[in-house]
Amino acid sequence: MVQPDLQTVRLSNGKEITVHTQLFINNEFVPGHGPLIETINPATEEVICSVHSADKQDVDAAVNAAATCFKDTWRKVAPAEKARLIHKLADLMERDRDELATLDALDNGKAFTVARDVDITDSIACYRYFAGWADKIHGKTIDTTFDKLCYTRHEALGVVGAVIPWNYPTMMAAWKFAPALAAGNCIVMKTSEITPLPAYKFAALVKEAGFPAGVVNIITGYGHTTGSFLGSHPLVSKMAFTGSTATGRKIMESSSSSNLKKLQLELGGKSAQIVCADADLDKAAEWSCGGIFNNHGQSCNAGSRILVHESVHDQFLELFIKHTKAMIKIGDPFDEDTFQGPQISKGQFEKILNYIEIGKKEGAIVSYGGKRWGNKGYYIEPTVFTNCHNQMRVMREEIFGPVVVIAKFKTIEEAIDIANDSDYGLAGGVYTTDLDTAITVTNEVKTGTMWVNCFDVFDQSTPFGGYKQSGFGKELGKYALQEYTQVKVVKILRSSKI
Amino acid sequence: MSLITEITAPDGHKVTLNTGLFINNEFVAGSSTIDTINPATGKVLASVQAAEAKEVDLAVEAAHKAFYGGWKTSNPRERARLMLKLADLVERDGEDLAHLETLDNGKPLSNSRRGDIPGVANQLRYFAGFCDKLHGKVIETEGKLSYTVHEPIGVCGGIIPWNGPMLMLAWKIAPAIATSNTIVIKTSELTPLSALKIAALIKEAGFPPGVINIITGYGPKAGEALSRHMKVSKIAFTGSLATGRAIMKAAAETNLKKVTLELGGKSPNIIFDDVDNLDEVVFWSRLGIYANAGQVCCAGSRIYVQEGIYDKFVEKFKALALSGKVGNPFEEDTFQGPQISEGQFNRIMNYIDIGKKEGATCYLGGNKVGDAGYFIEPTIFTDVKPDMRIMKEEIFGPVVAISKFKDVDDVVAQANDTTYGLAAAVHTSNITRAITISNALEAGSIWVNCYNIITENSPFGGYKQSGIGRENGEYALANYTQIKAIKINVGNPI
Repeated sequence: MVQPDLQTVRLSNGKEITVHTQLFINNEFVPGHGPLIETINPATEEVICSVHSADKQDVDAAVNAAATCFKDTWRKVAPAEKARLIHKLADLMERDRDELATLDALDNGKAFTVARDVDITDSIACYRYFAGWADKIHGKTIDTTFDKLCYTRHEALGVVGAVIPWNYPTMMAAWKFAPALAAGNCIVMKTSEITPLPAYKFAALVKEAGFPAGVVNIITGYGHTTGSFLGSHPLVSKMAFTGSTATGRKIMESSSSSNLKKLQLELGGKSAQIVCADADLDKAAEWSCGGIFNNHGQSCNAGSRILVHESVHDQFLELFIKHTKAMIKIGDPFDEDTFQGPQISKGQFEKILNYIEIGKKEGAIVSYGGKRWGNKGYYIEPTVFTNCHNQMRVMREEIFGPVVVIAKFKTIEEAIDIANDSDYGLAGGVYTTDLDTAITVTNEVKTGTMWVNCFDVFDQSTPFGGYKQSGFGKELGKYALQEYTQVKVVKILRSSKI
Repeated sequence: MSLITEITAPDGHKVTLNTGLFINNEFVAGSSTIDTINPATGKVLASVQAAEAKEVDLAVEAAHKAFYGGWKTSNPRERARLMLKLADLVERDGEDLAHLETLDNGKPLSNSRRGDIPGVANQLRYFAGFCDKLHGKVIETEGKLSYTVHEPIGVCGGIIPWNGPMLMLAWKIAPAIATSNTIVIKTSELTPLSALKIAALIKEAGFPPGVINIITGYGPKAGEALSRHMKVSKIAFTGSLATGRAIMKAAAETNLKKVTLELGGKSPNIIFDDVDNLDEVVFWSRLGIYANAGQVCCAGSRIYVQEGIYDKFVEKFKALALSGKVGNPFEEDTFQGPQISEGQFNRIMNYIDIGKKEGATCYLGGNKVGDAGYFIEPTIFTDVKPDMRIMKEEIFGPVVAISKFKDVDDVVAQANDTTYGLAAAVHTSNITRAITISNALEAGSIWVNCYNIITENSPFGGYKQSGIGRENGEYALANYTQIKAIKINVGNPI
């Protein structure tokens, strides 16, 4: 008996909601041929429900639906009409904001208020931002010799594959869908099998908004099966991936052994926040606290290393712990006061606790937290390590949890060197009141984003993406359009006679 | 005294309208009133409040206060949201607006509904999408952080014509607001009505007071005051060459406000004998001159046909021209409505007279249609010579001159032999010819195998005395921004 698409699910407050659980292909919810996968509520450790997953034939069906739609339909739709559809989708997301936030909070464990006011709000803004680009994708005419007309076309790629992570389910989908659609592509997205529910609700809105069948296709499944089938599919022209560096490598390998599909990788980070002696320490403490503990530390750009000038270290630490206590209220995601919910899964939970042990063994001191919180759900206390140096594993390896490591520095040059002494290069920050310091540090640190006197501040219009092994390619901003278009140059020679 | 009036169209549709000056989100009285005429009947439609220097000053002050009171630093997403909301409201009230437009301007209702309303909405939506996409550059300079920001100019003035009242309003407002300027629009005193309805929608959409102000008045009074105002930092004008000169002069004599002008044209339409489908060519060419009763700045008013197909072209063109019904713009099958006013009517009839006196053959038309209103038959002159007045001067009516050509270099030279340069067209199936002629024609818009394709996303404006600056597309943003270059010296670099 095939599990029906719609399932009823109970929330912790007793309310019941209906969720989609089948694959969304060609504007229809269809059963998958892969195994049913249980999705867990990380706040309770209980199964929410099971969802269908995609095997090879399902991935084929989705990719073929996208390819057919692109060839016959989507590429012929006027850009202003594409924009209109994306705006309509954003309107529907606004209408169903609470329901979308509920699913993000239920499946991921983030606080409902955060899901609603950050994740869903920013996702809607992302769709609106890129809708505005749909009819503004310009090639150039390029003067060469008088007898030629030369111009470039920025064409859509065709079928784009996207594999997204579990840390911001709706928002990570938006970051991929919005520019891909605006640039005229059709998409097959594999959501994380850990958080499959939000995107299926989104899929229903895609259909309601009036997108032609096959433009948006959403499936879920394991990385090593479903993800792999997508990554090696010959009809997929590009893979956009956000997740771990290890999986990023696999995707790159599968592209090289299949059709050399274009790649965009947004991987891990170990971003450094540099607190200078002349910083406004209280503000720096407040910003840097959010910089690591937002989203329970489960952000690729988490400011997980804090480098503090030795002259202000103790003062800063005191303020940092003060802000941590004030800001971080742990609790049920559906509790209005909750700031921090559980970590996403048992596996991640154990991994983070293990890193805390490693840190202790390496000689770092737990100045705050360091333990599980409560006895149900994957909750971990916000944890502060001090007395760290940059060769420790906890200073070099991505923990992806609410664990910050703090080290001292003597000179700005030293801080820059420590910040750059990492295989990663996703983001960073500097807290200073000095103009020269701000510009010099932001010039010298090798990362894709540098924040000054703030952290974790995002806009739809500014690009995001890493240096070094944090990946390549940009999301958000006009720069994202380059990832979803390919350039053709046309050169017309006219004979000298009319 | 209530400024609200109700107007009933011939089909029974009623529209309620506030006839005041729209300043600071309120409708207020002016120094005087102006009667606006229905050009299909010659009768007065309504009496609207008119602005003179005093009211212009009030409007500019409101715009100035709004600019420095928050609009300059407004959140781009909020500006976009308001513009999208206005577009939605224009569509919601599309019937009211289309009826007002047809009553006031005379263009067929089918055109107002299917062309102008979507045109306005598309314009607003296109530029709404630009609000948060205004980028400067970082320019690599040794030892410095050197970058540009594209800032709004401030209070902008827009003086718009009567031939496409709503559309011209949208063309001015959209890029100005998107780049966080505030604006005072002076509509044509001949067609003030649809803008007044849009003014009410601007308030309903939630724009802060003073951001968009809409007034009407005579050029020499209100237009002059706006062009000379010391707190207006930029003026955008669409209209005649003569008025364009006056505005440029006014700017020169006052505060050197930035000026963009979209003026007239005498656009050439060149047809080669290698065209694939003559019927299509005739379709486009006829649209090019008789659309909007010839009251289009880029009208293809000079047609040059290669001798091999000249006779066939003229025969088909005449047939198509005759098939277009000239009459009541509220009837679904009407192609051509009246000219805008008695003044314009007389002017056009005078040119027809001039053409005859110059020795051209009035091959078709040339007469008034009916007794009431300002209707003129679609008119064709043949046997024309390059130096005739009807070949050189903008008539702005349903009058086309068709000329035969043999030599290609000669026809291009003739096409370019004009002080204007707004648009031009070439019809051919040959790719080399299409590109070569497009390159050779000195005009801001070139159409190949079509005519009058004007969209919100592509620039429009003239070469030579057809104007200064480009409207629409990304290019329009340059009209409403000024560049600041900032160089931060980074001392003691590490």
